[in-house]
Amino acid sequence: MTGRRSGRPLVPAYLSTGGVARPRHTELERLSLLTGGAGPAPDGLPAARHALYDVLDGGTLTLVEAAALLELPVSAVRVLAAELAEQGLVSLRPPVPPAALPASDLLKRVADGLRALKQ
Amino acid sequence: MASAPSSSSTSADGLHLPDTTRELVKILVAGPFGVGKTTLIDSVSEIRPLHTEEHLSEASVAVDDLAGVREKTTTTVAIDFGRISLEAGIVLYLFGTPGQERFRSLWADIAHGALGALVLVDTRRIDDSFDVLGLVEESGLPYAVALNTFPDSRQYTVEQLRGSLDLEPGTPMVVCDARDTNSSVDALLALVQNLLAGQAADGPAGAGAVPEAVPEAATEATTETEALAGAVESGAAPTPEAR
Repeated sequence: MTGRRSGRPLVPAYLSTGGVARPRHTELERLSLLTGGAGPAPDGLPAARHALYDVLDGGTLTLVEAAALLELPVSAVRVLAAELAEQGLVSLRPPVPPAALPASDLLKRVADGLRALKQ
Repeated sequence: MASAPSSSSTSADGLHLPDTTRELVKILVAGPFGVGKTTLIDSVSEIRPLHTEEHLSEASVAVDDLAGVREKTTTTVAIDFGRISLEAGIVLYLFGTPGQERFRSLWADIAHGALGALVLVDTRRIDDSFDVLGLVEESGLPYAVALNTFPDSRQYTVEQLRGSLDLEPGTPMVVCDARDTNSSVDALLALVQNLLAGQAADGPAGAGAVPEAVPEAATEATTETEALAGAVESGAAPTPEAR
């Protein structure tokens, strides 16, 4: 647990999504990958979606990283990401390609990767 | 200032994921407040650990135990996480997950898709870990126990600790200094190796087979406890998690 900044946000999280509490579709997990489009955000994009588009900066972040950087709850960023995806401004990917599960090979590679970290 | 796509192991700004990222995996670092979850994540993460603010549901407020958490006025909790890029396009995320019963709903969401959990235990406050172990077992996540050593920890035998924590014989238990990168990596490895052993045992022979590495790990734990108890005396005190 890291200490929270003092005080509460001026704008409640549910307002960032325009009052939408759940994404309309798409199973978005904390580690779902969001890749932003290239170029500046289109005109008229609502502020919170604009902020998510900007933080992606044409690159890739997980949903939970975007939430941390935007200081928004994961649940709110789920909604925003789904909306941007619907507009074709963000592409979404699951954390692990479905074909890679079940994952004994994946586990082996995680173990090898951890061993390689040791100094 | 769109950063150019990078093919190196980290992107130019160190935060966006490299294009080579293929699989993202998640391990929970679970334990009560102050046990050293953030310290462990910080010791292995390639990014400064980030956190999200999670809202607790109203139902949990009634049973909220705020003893010792006087500053807390809202029902949110910060969930820390860190990231490690491994070889071959695998990126491992570590989520510091509080174990109190009141985080039950949050737990399910964070645990979704996780490989397993590393449960950090402070041997000075073993009782604090019972809720966590209950939640992990309920979630069905495979787990390993890491004893985070503090200078004033009492010495217990492995049998005493396993007994107090009511661990299954197949559950790995290792000693760990959460401040130390290698020690933290070793604890994570103990978990992943146990997951691999579990998969191997999941063949026609069925689950429940005790992985062979366990007695070895237990012996190791005894000697490491003694070694660490001496080693930490001269070092700085472990940093308890900031609240």
